[in-house]
Amino acid sequence: MSAATLWTIAGVRSALEAKKISARELATEFYTRIDSRNAELNAFLTLSPERAYAQAERIDAAITHGETLPPLAGVPIAIKDVLSTRGIRTTCASKILESYVPPYDATAVERLDRAGAVFLGKTNCDEFAMGGSNENSAYGPVRNPVAPDRVPGGSSGGSAAAVAAGLAVASLGTDTGGSIRQPGAYCGVPGLMPTYGRVSRYGLVAFASSLDKIGPFAANVADAATVTAVIAGHDPNDSTSADVPVPDYCADLDKPLDWLRIGVPEDYFGEGLDPEVKAKVEAGIALLNKLGCRSVPLKMPHTDYAIAAYYLIATAEASSNLARYDGVRYGLRVPGATLIDMYRNTRERGFGAEVKRRIMLGTYALSAGYYDAYYLRAQKVRSLIARDFADAFQKVDAIIAPTSPTPAFRLGEKTSDPLQMYLADIYTVTGSLAGVPGISVPCGRTKAGLPIGMQILGPHFSEGRVLQIAHAFEKAGGFDL
Amino acid sequence: MKISREDVIRVAELAHLGLTPEEVDTYRDQLDSILTYVEKLNEIDLANVEPMAQVLYAGSDRHPELREDTPLPCDAADAILVQATDSAKPFFRVPRVIEK
Repeated sequence: MSAATLWTIAGVRSALEAKKISARELATEFYTRIDSRNAELNAFLTLSPERAYAQAERIDAAITHGETLPPLAGVPIAIKDVLSTRGIRTTCASKILESYVPPYDATAVERLDRAGAVFLGKTNCDEFAMGGSNENSAYGPVRNPVAPDRVPGGSSGGSAAAVAAGLAVASLGTDTGGSIRQPGAYCGVPGLMPTYGRVSRYGLVAFASSLDKIGPFAANVADAATVTAVIAGHDPNDSTSADVPVPDYCADLDKPLDWLRIGVPEDYFGEGLDPEVKAKVEAGIALLNKLGCRSVPLKMPHTDYAIAAYYLIATAEASSNLARYDGVRYGLRVPGATLIDMYRNTRERGFGAEVKRRIMLGTYALSAGYYDAYYLRAQKVRSLIARDFADAFQKVDAIIAPTSPTPAFRLGEKTSDPLQMYLADIYTVTGSLAGVPGISVPCGRTKAGLPIGMQILGPHFSEGRVLQIAHAFEKAGGFDL
Repeated sequence: MKISREDVIRVAELAHLGLTPEEVDTYRDQLDSILTYVEKLNEIDLANVEPMAQVLYAGSDRHPELREDTPLPCDAADAILVQATDSAKPFFRVPRVIEK
């Protein structure tokens, strides 16, 4: 088997059914690839061959017995290390959970398991998913497989890099303010953020509970649709999980885009947008028009306030969620003379600089005397941003925008100024605040060869349409514009 | 400066974070620039705007969180306690908080 083989979910299935390869051999093939690339890329934090081979052998036995194969039978998948995996270390890329082994699977993980997936291991990310470059990992940054001197994006940098480098057929990431879409754009792979509530958050280590979503990276849009269909659906273990039927995302992928109205918000094409990114996304819009869409100019007047609202809300929720890391029940404990000293020592040693910064900001925004001025005000602005989207979707079926204002930047380029790093999230935090689904798809490269991402956003629960547009775009050569 | 050293120390105490004096200065500068940036939210008229605490969509007002409160078996104590640095079933142990 050549190392250059590009595996897809459909390819894995037909190879297994034709008995060209066994699930076990395929897992071995991927571990060989990981062995040869991971020292450089640092995409995986933990490998889980014991579980992977047990899963693979189950699939091989099913093939031997002529059983019907589940949708992800034998598919080697990587899982972001903020998702709980039974018996597999889950660190959140933090020292505070360095040796934490969850006793249960997150619902999304359990659904992958039931669908026959093979879990290669856990991928690197920004600590507790806080960051946009993967440089906030306590275990070192991930390198972008396309340009190793550059960041893969974040926070799901390891999951995006693993798929882009062919170290996994698909992967799970999480998106709170852009953490699937932006690394997808930087590494040149599709990454889907589902509607808030579409995929259960049970077993996802919480960062900002009103914003956290789980979604896939894959080599193509059809594979992203397949994984989304597996992980989506209501779950009584997550009270914010939506009790809304899951359509067959794969069935409508090839429908023509006749007369779909795509909105192009002028607020996403202004100052700060790299000219090469702008040109490629505009070429992407032109291609969609050629495929039968009609582009419509839009105004989303509160876009400029999204970063400020997002960083107040996300950090407030984070400061509350991360209060649980106190050294008492699990994770790191650093002794202290008193209980309070123990808390303080544990958190001082266990958390990295960005996590502390966000806990501080969130604690400040929630503290007596500042709550109304910061947190409550941010929540009201969130309403206005959600209203911008609701108004837009009265006029259009989907919104097209750049995923990130620039292509992948160099490692270390932005680490000294947290605010500059936050400002780069301008095109992704809006959809996050509104809770709508969005996919980032590749739409060509810069002259220097760096991938550029185009974002397709739709109304709540319109994953099917978003995937349909993305799939048509891919089939028409949009990824290589 | 929107935030003083004392503010930073007070917030760190609330959040149970130990900070070195250098960290206090660094965080003060960084939080100050972020808090200055978020001031832009004051430009918007927010009269009659409701705060949005949760994503809302058609059907999400049905309060699915108010399900039947049915007890289910939960035999997880051992799996949970094994994660703790210091436990004595059925308890987690912590430094003494009550004087003898």
